[in-house]
Amino acid sequence: MSDKKPIIPPNGEGISNGTRRDFIKQTTVLTAVAMAPGTVVKAASDHIDEQIAAVFEKMPLKMEVNGKLQNLSVEPRSTLLDILREQLDLTGTKKGCDHGQCGACTVHVDGHRVNSCLTLGVMVNGKKITTIEGLAKGDELHPMQEAFLKHDGFQCGYCTPGQIMSAVACIREGHANSEGEIREYMSGNICRCGAYPNIVNAIQEVKAGGQTV
Amino acid sequence: MKQFQYIRPASQAAVLDAIAKSGSKIIAGGTNLVDLMKKGVMSPDKLVDINSLPLNTINTSPKGLHIGALVLNSVLSENSLVLDKHPLLSMALKAGASPQLRNMATVGGNMMQRTRCAYFYDTTMPCNKRTPGTGCGAMGGYNRMHAIFGSSPQCIAVHPSDMCVALAALGATVTIAGKKGERHIPFTEFHRLPGEHPEMDNHLATGEMILGVDIPDNNFAKNSYYLKVRDRQSYAFALVSVAAALDLRGGVIKEARLAMGGVAHKPWRLFDAEKFLAGKAPTEENFNKAAQLAMQSAKAYEYNAFKLKLAPATIAEALKHAGGLA
Repeated sequence: MSDKKPIIPPNGEGISNGTRRDFIKQTTVLTAVAMAPGTVVKAASDHIDEQIAAVFEKMPLKMEVNGKLQNLSVEPRSTLLDILREQLDLTGTKKGCDHGQCGACTVHVDGHRVNSCLTLGVMVNGKKITTIEGLAKGDELHPMQEAFLKHDGFQCGYCTPGQIMSAVACIREGHANSEGEIREYMSGNICRCGAYPNIVNAIQEVKAGGQTV
Repeated sequence: MKQFQYIRPASQAAVLDAIAKSGSKIIAGGTNLVDLMKKGVMSPDKLVDINSLPLNTINTSPKGLHIGALVLNSVLSENSLVLDKHPLLSMALKAGASPQLRNMATVGGNMMQRTRCAYFYDTTMPCNKRTPGTGCGAMGGYNRMHAIFGSSPQCIAVHPSDMCVALAALGATVTIAGKKGERHIPFTEFHRLPGEHPEMDNHLATGEMILGVDIPDNNFAKNSYYLKVRDRQSYAFALVSVAAALDLRGGVIKEARLAMGGVAHKPWRLFDAEKFLAGKAPTEENFNKAAQLAMQSAKAYEYNAFKLKLAPATIAEALKHAGGLA
């Protein structure tokens, strides 16, 4: 995991939030000045800027990411994918299509695989997130990571974090009992390099090994 | 994505208060809504997250099997009551979307996903569903995926759900809550045809929410099948899909249920074919006749005429699987 500090301070207050509020206040007042007679500007702008600030305000988000509690402040429209990558510097999770069609952004939420690109951060408040960075134990790779290396389960590697997160879930769910079942239950992860046969081999080996994944 | 306010009410009453205005949208799994918001196709002022409501149970009731609106598609597809009583529903669910999306998508959300096509998603193109009165890009465009039943000059998009096709076939009932109380409507009457108002996909009014669905007990469990034909083997919308269920007794079809996906603005029940099959023997000949009957009102556009052959072939094949002939 990266040692970089989150851009947003952990307590959710501070420079970033304050700047945003001030910006909204200023622009609201400017708009109000342009549009209304002077006598009503003050009262109206005070009222409006509170309303606008309430709509655009960042919200607190507490979640456990790879075993570490994170206290963040996020916009409601921020996806889990963008929060992981931009605020927590966990760039292992990849943005592919950004529309739930490719699976590159796959992470586990409370143990279940989901597309983080279609998950609003505010909706995973209180949940446990596992990303590709959370699979290895220190320098010891997860069995699925080892198997992908051994079987050459990738070429460019861009889809690989999502493939591995999905592959681990596929075994945990009990859907890795045959090549056909693996292919069906890995269909949410696209590999443009076409490493599919090797990915299936990797999953079959881990499944056959019987290790706890 | 346009900015919006997000709230997560703790009670159904608070949700109903929050969705009273048309700019508010309920969010559950968000798999379709967030996607559409990213594209700028939908831009609600307020998202009302209903995940704090106790709507995620599956249980037997006097009405049959009750399924809460927040039950996840993945959970429902593996539920032992569903596998035992309504395996057709499980088959349809597993044919839909991807494992990741099924882990997010809810029953209510699956019903509320937009009837849509590529022109609906492309904000540079005309679309009566996205912006009423702008025209239909698909009508004279690339309409390979589009409807062959029940379309209007306003819209020829199809509802992409698999789950809904099974629920239509199984004769489910939808429970809806509003400020005036609850109401129940047949699943087949939940979604609507485009007519003059393609902007409306269903009959849920502003201020209403889905609480769940009920599937009545039936004798279809042993003889039902969901067949989905698509461009690739998995994770693609249906070109044509068929839910077939037969109540077979003593070598005779006592009752048949048939519904199709990928062919209309809503899950398309084949009532004429069902009537024809009642009292008949489960033979290939009868299945083929039923399939032809089902196609009587079909109408193709420039690029989807292949569905006029694919649809009856898929109906007959699904019936053969359901009837134990395949």
